[in-house]
Amino acid sequence: MKYKCDKCDRPATYHAVEIIKGQKIEKHLCDLHASEEGMGIKSAHAPINELLTNYVKAHSVAEKPENASSLDLSCPDCGLQFSEFRDKSLLGCAGCYSAFEAPLTALLERAHEGGNHHIGKVPRRGGGAGEQRQLQISRIRKRLDDAIEAEDYELAAQLRDDLADLEPSEGGGG
Amino acid sequence: MNLRGITDNAGEWLRGSGPHSDVVISSRVRLARNIAGFPFVNRANHRQRFEVLEQCRDKVLSKRLGDNTLWVDLAESPSIDRQLLVERHLISRDLAKRSAATPRGVAIASDETFSVMINEEDHLRIQVLRSGMQLADALAHIDRIDDTLEESLEFSFSRQFGYLTACPTNVGTGIRVSVMMHLPALKLTGEIERVKRAARDMHLAVRGLFGEGSESLGDLFQVSNQTTLGRTEKEILDDFEGTVIPQIIEYEQQARRALIRQREKQLEDKVWRAWALLTNARVMGTDEALALLSHLRLGIHLDRCDKASIRTINELFLLCQPAHLQRVMGQEMTPAARRIARADLLRQRLTRG
Repeated sequence: MKYKCDKCDRPATYHAVEIIKGQKIEKHLCDLHASEEGMGIKSAHAPINELLTNYVKAHSVAEKPENASSLDLSCPDCGLQFSEFRDKSLLGCAGCYSAFEAPLTALLERAHEGGNHHIGKVPRRGGGAGEQRQLQISRIRKRLDDAIEAEDYELAAQLRDDLADLEPSEGGGG
Repeated sequence: MNLRGITDNAGEWLRGSGPHSDVVISSRVRLARNIAGFPFVNRANHRQRFEVLEQCRDKVLSKRLGDNTLWVDLAESPSIDRQLLVERHLISRDLAKRSAATPRGVAIASDETFSVMINEEDHLRIQVLRSGMQLADALAHIDRIDDTLEESLEFSFSRQFGYLTACPTNVGTGIRVSVMMHLPALKLTGEIERVKRAARDMHLAVRGLFGEGSESLGDLFQVSNQTTLGRTEKEILDDFEGTVIPQIIEYEQQARRALIRQREKQLEDKVWRAWALLTNARVMGTDEALALLSHLRLGIHLDRCDKASIRTINELFLLCQPAHLQRVMGQEMTPAARRIARADLLRQRLTRG
């Protein structure tokens, strides 16, 4: 069905559904009124980050009640809250991908034409099998940072040794 | 090579050569990578960012990715130098603008065919640039750089999600393939909007010369992929090389032919008015200069004008921009003084020889 502009009799070319405090508001505007509201242009050139933010917001607040709980999720590795991700569209560390896996998967599928699994290049060394080890490195690095902060240099030195055992060797500089 | 000498040449992407160079200005491929064990840049503290910077810089420079790789510490460099690198597409606007103290830098190949940004949105943003339509070549090159760096840097990777990136829109391959296109005829005929819509339907982004908010500056458009997960690097690239870009090139060529067929005099008028203004004006802003250069470039490609070479026009696209102009003039200038200097430069370069 064709809509007329909410503000005049021209045909509406801009359609939006906004959800404000759980209330669904439909908007139909012609080019002129849409650009007056700053919407026509916005929708035409919406940067992907903005799309993502809008999507995460709409998705986690309005559509799926169980996702209300995703807002309380936080990453055990870097402490990022899902709600912070929702606002900034940036994750905090590799661990966030597992911590937020459930709400992220739907979002990834939407952003990547249904793609939710990597099938491209794999690092030659460690690829995939190194995940546990990478997680370990992250956690030691975090402890290392805390140790330096607390000026506990003895612990820091020990953690550096642990890291050296886990991280790739230079191999004489290829 | 140093930043002093950088304005002496047009850089790889504006050389004006390479396949389909009448429509395709340049091809670019970039990879996003993060170092395992560190939080992403936005979540890292100063010390962690500094450590990432040192590690990456040492590896990038010691690996001899190219001859005479230039290192620029962006926390230390003056804003005009950073702006110069943005204008040459060697760093992003984000990396240039980040607060002064943020540890960050860029390694640049002496021929400007690649650059490696450190502490942008991801720890590493590697990019390869080529003149004209040369995506396969660019991908092969970036793949080699990635392999070389991977010998001594461990990248954050998961079996399910691939290369992990700060923004989930880059996760998986971490690849962004972009092609910079000159589409003046589609702009003149108004068909550019249709092309943009079609591109968006195909999950592609169409942006201006400098990304968001620079739409249609000089009728230059960057087309790039949005999907990075669930497809291989090659699939993403083949789509571009085999389908998307040839199609847009064809649309532009059709629009050019239609202009000649139906609006020949108006087209010639646009071209010669551009020439008249460029060679006579005494005061000129960047946007106007780019718009006029665009029309002149179109006229030269369509044999309506032989007053300048494509190479000169491509160089002027760059030299007209604020940081380049100030570098050529050898001094910092107010915007008003720049508009006068720009008009002088255009007259000189276009009418000599």
